[in-house]
Amino acid sequence: MKKMNRREFLTKTVGTGVKTFVFGNLVCTTAELLQDKKSFANSASKKEEPEKVIFGFLVDTRKCIGCGSCVRADKAENGVPEGFFRTWVERYTFFPNGRVLVDSPKGAEDGFWPVKEDKERTLGKPYHHYFVPKLCNHCIDTPCIQVCPVGASFETKEGVILIDQKRCVGCAYCVQACPFGTRYINPEKGVADKCTWCYHRTTQGLKPACVEVCPVKARIFGNISDSESEISKLLRDNRVQVLKSYLGTRPKTRYIGLDSGVI
Amino acid sequence: MHHYFVEGFVLPNQNQIWWTILIVLYPYITGIVAGAFIISSLYHVFNKEDLKPVSRFSLLMAFAFLLFATCPLLGHLGRPERALNIMLTPNPTSAMAGFGFIYATYLIILAIEIWLVYRPDIVYLSKHSSSMLLRKLYWLLSLGVDNVSKSSLESDHKVMIFLASIGIPAACTLHGYVGFIFGAIKANPWWSSPMMPVIFLLSAIVSGIAMVLVCYQAIHYLKGRAIDSQCTQALMGYLWLFAIIDVAIELLEIINHAYMANEDWEVLHELVMTKLFVSYVVIQMLVCSVIPIGLLGAAIIFRKRLSDRIRNAMGFLSAMLLLIQVLAMRWNVVIGGQMFSKSFRGFLRFDVEVFGREGLLVAFAIFLMPFITLGIFARLLPLWGPIETYPKKWLRKGLPEKQNLTFPEPAHPS
Ligand code: SF4
Ligand code: SF4
Repeated sequence: MKKMNRREFLTKTVGTGVKTFVFGNLVCTTAELLQDKKSFANSASKKEEPEKVIFGFLVDTRKCIGCGSCVRADKAENGVPEGFFRTWVERYTFFPNGRVLVDSPKGAEDGFWPVKEDKERTLGKPYHHYFVPKLCNHCIDTPCIQVCPVGASFETKEGVILIDQKRCVGCAYCVQACPFGTRYINPEKGVADKCTWCYHRTTQGLKPACVEVCPVKARIFGNISDSESEISKLLRDNRVQVLKSYLGTRPKTRYIGLDSGVI
Repeated sequence: MHHYFVEGFVLPNQNQIWWTILIVLYPYITGIVAGAFIISSLYHVFNKEDLKPVSRFSLLMAFAFLLFATCPLLGHLGRPERALNIMLTPNPTSAMAGFGFIYATYLIILAIEIWLVYRPDIVYLSKHSSSMLLRKLYWLLSLGVDNVSKSSLESDHKVMIFLASIGIPAACTLHGYVGFIFGAIKANPWWSSPMMPVIFLLSAIVSGIAMVLVCYQAIHYLKGRAIDSQCTQALMGYLWLFAIIDVAIELLEIINHAYMANEDWEVLHELVMTKLFVSYVVIQMLVCSVIPIGLLGAAIIFRKRLSDRIRNAMGFLSAMLLLIQVLAMRWNVVIGGQMFSKSFRGFLRFDVEVFGREGLLVAFAIFLMPFITLGIFARLLPLWGPIETYPKKWLRKGLPEKQNLTFPEPAHPS
């Protein structure tokens, strides 16, 4: 059988066929995107290419306790330079009158402390907070690959967005183009850098370092083309959101329990 | 080390402004190229006789600036030694990948055009220049072609028109494309706009004309030569026209943002009213737009009542202000667009770095290079006039005083 890329594959399998998919694409809401993925996962596991692996990442914000273990594990695993982050955790604190305070001290490398008193004095007593871990979304329609002048940013067959650091010229165009602030120029190497979903581990059957260490299973990683995988089931059974869906980058990092205040 | 200051919630990786002064300089330099080229084309192709005194100079100026347009880019790359990758493995979906090709095409067109314009001079100097060495150099420059008959010059002229007809769209592409680099970034609401290429192109033309006007007057003033007021008047007319359209579209753009008031307007509004208040509201939109447009308008409308001297002074001042306006516009786009976080909840402060690879000094040095190059050109080729204006010392001794130095000017097909 002719090898199909994922988009072609999707086109052939989703819904009632090409038309549905095309229109789905035009008015792509997150729900529809997910629908694509679910049916994709379903049909893929039936027979056509059972061994096919497409990675996906799910963050359950309801579970995250903001301990920052993931940030520390990531720094240790990937040698992330000082002051930069391949993953970080944000805290959203809600005050009376609808005011929200967002912070992420040192990317939550050392976890969080209670909101400062002076903030309480000006904003009132916080009544609610939650944490949102962030990382590269490994978008389906990535602006970062699109803009790279030398083709150093690319997508692997597993759907992981990587950077060929031997080719990158360090122009930082991708850093500008990523809407999520996940990319940075590595100050030691002079090239672009970001989360790889621990490609070196995940292609060996291991989990990404951050997923491995999360004490509350707020981070789930797996093969979304296998409908029986943990992540596929969770994607099916929950209401799932992505970041900045209006930009149409179609992230493959999904969120459970994302609030509209999170951008 | 840079010192960056962060307020509100800024995404952790956005602790730096990645594109700094050099990236402000880059569109400024290419803009001057595009504008100067259009001035020379107005004479060479569209027969605007008034512009004859600056037609040669603006061509050389475009070339001198173009030669250094790549410097700011190289200075800014994390791995400058790999710069050629942009031409070796270009990514077809990247706007930036087109740079190498557009740039190279344009450089070639300009070089040929200059050669054609100066061919009669080069041929003449290859025979009558003061030293043997120079004669050899000019002979090299002439590429061994010494036919300056009327018919050969006329065919030169045809080629020139043809080149300019590619050159004008190339100049527009080069600059429209620079605007597209920013306009196509949907991640950044301050950049992403289909108007960006238009604004960049118009401001490019403004800065190019302004630079020609400033240099022409300054050099003639310093050398004690008479300024051709016909020519400055024409330049002022074009400058006025393009400045009005440019500022109008810049205004429309911001009004559009404010009126649509998308969710990002909150952060943009804050940006404009605080971080960019001086550079955008005061410099770009008020002082350096309103004053020059008013002055130029007055100089044109009251042409008859004002003396040449006053009019030229008004033109000079307006051109200087517009040069600052365009520089401010580049600054506000490039730096301004990076002063707020993609969280839309926080700001960064940018402190200009003076020393260092991407600092102010390097930027100055790069900006000076085109002028130095123009100085070198001026020793080799007459910047302004035809052969009659050669300094005596350029020519070998013993040439008859009343020699027929005039070459047949290729007639404009009018
Ligand atoms: S999150 Fe940013 S870096 Fe990651 S794939 Fe999407 S656009 Fe690219
Ligand atoms: S910094 Fe590297 S990966 Fe990013 S756009 Fe430039 S060349 Fe491509």
